[in-house]
Amino acid sequence: MSTGEPAHKLNYDTRWEYSPAPESADHARIDEQYGLFIGGKFVAPKSGEYFNTINPATEKVLSRVAAANADDVNNAVKVARGAYENVWSKMRPAERGKYIFRIARIIQERSREFAIIESLDGGKPIREARDIDVPLAAAHFFYHAGWADKLDYAFPCRSPSPVGVVGQIIPWNFPLLMAAWKIAPALACGNTVVLKPAETTSLTALKLAEVIRDADLPKGVVNIVTGDGSTGSALVQHNDINKIAFTGSTDVGRLIQHSLAGTGKKYTLELGGKAANIIFADAPIDQAVEGIINAIFFNQGHVCCAGSRLLVQESVADQVVTKLKERMQTLIIGDPLDKNTDIGAINSAAQLERINSYLELGQNEGAEMFQCTTKTPDFGFWCPPTLFTQVAQSHSIVREEVFGPVLAIQTFRTVDEAISKANNTQYGLSGGVWTDKGSKIFNVGKNIRAGVIWANTFNKFDPTSPFGGYKESGVGREGGLHGLSAYLNLD
Amino acid sequence: MGRSAQERLLKSPLPDYITRVDQVGVEERVARLCSRSIKKSSKIQALKLILSQIDLTTLEGQDTPGKVGQLCQKAMRLHGAWPDIPHVAAVCVYPMMVTVAKKALGESGINVASVATAFPSGMAPMHIKLDEIKMAVGEGADEIDMVISRGNFLQGEYRAVFDEIAMCKEACGNAHLKVILETGELGALDRVRHASTLAMHAGADFIKTSTGKIQPAATLPVTLVMLQAIRDYFYETGRMVGMKPAGGISKAKLAIQYLVMLRETLGDAWLCPDWFRFGASSLANDVLMQIQKQHTGIYQSEDYFSKD
Repeated sequence: MSTGEPAHKLNYDTRWEYSPAPESADHARIDEQYGLFIGGKFVAPKSGEYFNTINPATEKVLSRVAAANADDVNNAVKVARGAYENVWSKMRPAERGKYIFRIARIIQERSREFAIIESLDGGKPIREARDIDVPLAAAHFFYHAGWADKLDYAFPCRSPSPVGVVGQIIPWNFPLLMAAWKIAPALACGNTVVLKPAETTSLTALKLAEVIRDADLPKGVVNIVTGDGSTGSALVQHNDINKIAFTGSTDVGRLIQHSLAGTGKKYTLELGGKAANIIFADAPIDQAVEGIINAIFFNQGHVCCAGSRLLVQESVADQVVTKLKERMQTLIIGDPLDKNTDIGAINSAAQLERINSYLELGQNEGAEMFQCTTKTPDFGFWCPPTLFTQVAQSHSIVREEVFGPVLAIQTFRTVDEAISKANNTQYGLSGGVWTDKGSKIFNVGKNIRAGVIWANTFNKFDPTSPFGGYKESGVGREGGLHGLSAYLNLD
Repeated sequence: MGRSAQERLLKSPLPDYITRVDQVGVEERVARLCSRSIKKSSKIQALKLILSQIDLTTLEGQDTPGKVGQLCQKAMRLHGAWPDIPHVAAVCVYPMMVTVAKKALGESGINVASVATAFPSGMAPMHIKLDEIKMAVGEGADEIDMVISRGNFLQGEYRAVFDEIAMCKEACGNAHLKVILETGELGALDRVRHASTLAMHAGADFIKTSTGKIQPAATLPVTLVMLQAIRDYFYETGRMVGMKPAGGISKAKLAIQYLVMLRETLGDAWLCPDWFRFGASSLANDVLMQIQKQHTGIYQSEDYFSKD
């Protein structure tokens, strides 16, 4: 693949600039300080400690959040156990469904506030929070509410029963959506919950606690304990937990699996990924370029199933890379609350440091780096969309998960070579294939060892569809019937 | 047939492979572009740009010299109270009305565009189509809007369509040639892409969606596919080709969405009347109404804007 400049270039630095179109944040109420949500109300942490949560686009403090210690976690689990034994597991399933429907509807009613806070606390563009995160979160509650009284039909002759108290630990990339993804099936199946949000993005989970309170969900059925890794660790190691559901890094997932070994606790782990997005020469090229953009730059690349490895057939490689670079110049980077923003802020200083170390590593290992030349704001954490060419299978940026807006581009000649390169990774969460030929879609889709394969699209999610990984991308599935079964004991 | 048309016929008319189009992907991209929020000064700038890109059109059997004359007055003076707003790019009429329009527009700088080639069906022998073009150009038309023979195209007679366009281009002389694909009759975005590429290689100065006589006329997805074809042709040859969506664009909001699409597909060079036009009859008044709203904060009744 040559990396020469195209003979004829387009100019996207236009005379006609879009004026700022910021979403007003007046609508969103954020308290100065949040306690832990235990037993249906916010309580002060026994630890007595709080930590700041900031807006990564401005570095300004948004609120103070309680840091739960082992005592707090113990308290939450105890309350959850009581609610499980006395109320939730005994309730008629149709009644449980009613509460879950109610939560879904309140999320819809407050969707604007949720979208604004999600954008403020996490740095993601308001467009994504508004059009993807929040509607999908509501959809997960709606979908699972419907299952609550139909579990016998979902798993006929297998006597489904709840597992008990579940501990759930979620990441910072889709804070509300991951909370919904975890809580909704747990409740539908009759379990009670202790959920720990990510340290940098607790706010929408705490707003969800308000929704749960306002929905009159019986006290203690859902408890939310905020804190850092030590809070999560206390939850994992608690003796009275029946199941752990974790979404996050492979490193932490490995630790959790290690500490759960031999305890008899159930677990599901949804971990990292390094998805191959395969573009064949007969693909609809302009739509594929758009698909590559969505695959890697959606949510600043903070997506476990991001299409971070591009495999492009050599006869169209130059064309695709040229178009990709020009398309990248039209991405609007900046204020996440601006309705026209395509690329928001990196979630935290620590994550930015990690991404930057990979940018350096990529160049040191001999790859060629291209970045959008768009200016980024002076404050906050920013990484311009980046791609690497001249990379090999052995490069760190091809093998390791960067979890940022960084794409590694390789070429291939044959279908077999594409499949072989796609599979040559420790991960197996997702993949993409772009071609006009249906038979090729089935062939490639069948042979890539990953949980989700998208054809002529990327990063599409639906509560009815199971999601999860092969190899080091995780254990178990979430969503759909598979996800439901993970919250049940079945004969 | 002249020399340059023969030269065109000698070389291979089309690239070896014309990329496929995925309709779902196109619609998704269109939806994304339509979610852009255009406010305040960027909106006013867009509204003025739209006015300057309009081909003010009347193509009716009942057109009269008087009616065309009125339209030309409107073209030159869109709104009596605002002298600083731009005039439209062209007035688009039937060949019979070119003389009237040319005289009315005088030295205003507004072009006269004439449809030709048995518009809108294209169902006429080639020599008659060419005579019609020559007649319109002879009367002073600056731009010719021709229609392709959809029958030939849909039957796979691509060479015939290519030759037809090349001959029309030759007949135009110095006048610019806009090639109407009549996308509402092509039936699939793959064919829109193919016809666009074919027309550009045959010598089109502009490619245009529709006659306005067939539904659907211009749509955002069809226009995006044509813009992407223009982009690929530019990458390949370095020659800029203009784009004209026509028919069904009567609201300023929709026109702004077209501009957003143009800006983010082809960039700065195309954001002017030389390279992008709206074929429309009632769009101008809605744009004027929006400009008024931006200045005063209130909408005026449509009775405050002249209908010609």
